[in-house]
Amino acid sequence: MSTEPLIRVVGLKKYFGDLKALDGIDLEIHKGEVTVIVGPSGSGKSTFLRSLNLLERPTEGEIYFEGVNILSPSANINLHRQKMGMVFQHFNLFPHMTILRNMTLAPVQLHKLTKQQAEEKALELLERVGLKDRANAYPSQLSGGQKQRIAIVRALCMNPDVMLFDEPTSALDPEMVGEVLDVMQNLAREGMTMIVVTHEMGFAREVSDRVIFMDEGRIVEEGSPAEFFSNPKNPRAKDFLSKVL
Amino acid sequence: MERLFQAIREWFINLAGKFQTDFIVDNRWRFLTNGLAVTLEVAFFAVILGIVIGFIVAIIRAGYDRSRDSAPVRRKKGRKRSGPVNLRALFSVAAWRRLGRGLFSFANWLCKVYLTVIRGTPVVLQLLIIYFVIFGSTNISKVFVAIVAFGINSGAYVAEIVRSGIMSIDQGQMEAGRSLGLNYIQTMWHIIIPQAFKNVLPALGNEFIVLLKETSVSGYIALEDLTKGGDIIRGRTFDAFLPLFAVAIIYLAIVMLLSYGVSRLERRLRSSEH
Repeated sequence: MSTEPLIRVVGLKKYFGDLKALDGIDLEIHKGEVTVIVGPSGSGKSTFLRSLNLLERPTEGEIYFEGVNILSPSANINLHRQKMGMVFQHFNLFPHMTILRNMTLAPVQLHKLTKQQAEEKALELLERVGLKDRANAYPSQLSGGQKQRIAIVRALCMNPDVMLFDEPTSALDPEMVGEVLDVMQNLAREGMTMIVVTHEMGFAREVSDRVIFMDEGRIVEEGSPAEFFSNPKNPRAKDFLSKVL
Repeated sequence: MERLFQAIREWFINLAGKFQTDFIVDNRWRFLTNGLAVTLEVAFFAVILGIVIGFIVAIIRAGYDRSRDSAPVRRKKGRKRSGPVNLRALFSVAAWRRLGRGLFSFANWLCKVYLTVIRGTPVVLQLLIIYFVIFGSTNISKVFVAIVAFGINSGAYVAEIVRSGIMSIDQGQMEAGRSLGLNYIQTMWHIIIPQAFKNVLPALGNEFIVLLKETSVSGYIALEDLTKGGDIIRGRTFDAFLPLFAVAIIYLAIVMLLSYGVSRLERRLRSSEH
């Protein structure tokens, strides 16, 4: 593609002491693309995802987001994070606030929306995920699947340009996985740029535009889901797929 | 048996007389009420000062401890440079960041010294030093000195309580706040502190009860607080029993009232969540 990618990662490395979590990652993410990152545990998928919005500070390398190197000392990371929504494995809703406040806190505090605008937007988003009637509930009153759907719309309330998902269904009971994947699938259909770390191979196969396989802190295979699932080239990827499929 | 009964009767009659001389004559009860007012005033303002100091110190300490494990970016040598103007801007921001980090680590060191010194020396000594050394050459209100001394002392304990509360909040909460674009202070204020506060409320309530009782050493700088008031009556009437027990009962009543208030507040905070 000729257009400037939304995210461009160059030679990204991250060490935890002597441990190499990321060992030189190069990647481009284009607008509207749904990228799924898979790989065995400890392969660095989560670390990589968390590096993109600097929840982990990379040891070396460059990350360009919308053309700006966010690792440069003059970059204001708080501004960039406003445009990168993130969904966590353990939801991380704020337990002392109602659902509505969970969603409106950031846009109101950061003056992106007035309180009234934010509430309207939150209710609209809640309607879309079928949880409008829970707007005034507290997180502890919700099921895991409901919590994760809230976490997704909380991030959407900031109107992000890209959504990062860090194993969004791994902490859920099996019967609740579907409702969360549905929301993500709708989001993908609407054209949201998404980067998803997951073990849900069905989601990767059906929804993603591209699958990335990571092992030992490197991208060892990359391709369309059809290619990746039917004809993996890397032996580690073959081995991995034979175990999870 | 008869004689024992007689003795008890006499003791009570005696007591009634002593009550008269201890509290009624010369309006001596005023030593207790005025003293109580001073004690409450000192405790109240010292608690506020302690909370302010404690929270600031706790936020600096917790922030420093947590920021240490995220190492700064290692830069490549021979990086492409885009021009002198840009470079200068880049340098100045980087320089400010470095200065900020330096100040942060200095503040953390200062907090550590404060905690060590305050928790490592007796509160009476701190009170004496603040009164006779730090404010020694000035004619300053004793109530003010007591507030400062007990506030600074309490702040150290509050800081450790609050810090443990902050550290007990799941790291994911901070990450969620930061990932939405909130800065460190905003995340602390809206997300971490409210949860931490609720967790440490019983410990904080305890600390304030301890503080209230600790103000009883104010007599060392001749401040006429509740304890000193009772002691003055003892000195005037040569009766120790009634004045000192009266003082004890007043402290006990206040502490019980405070404990009740804290436990009610705790219940209310808990019910607001679930």
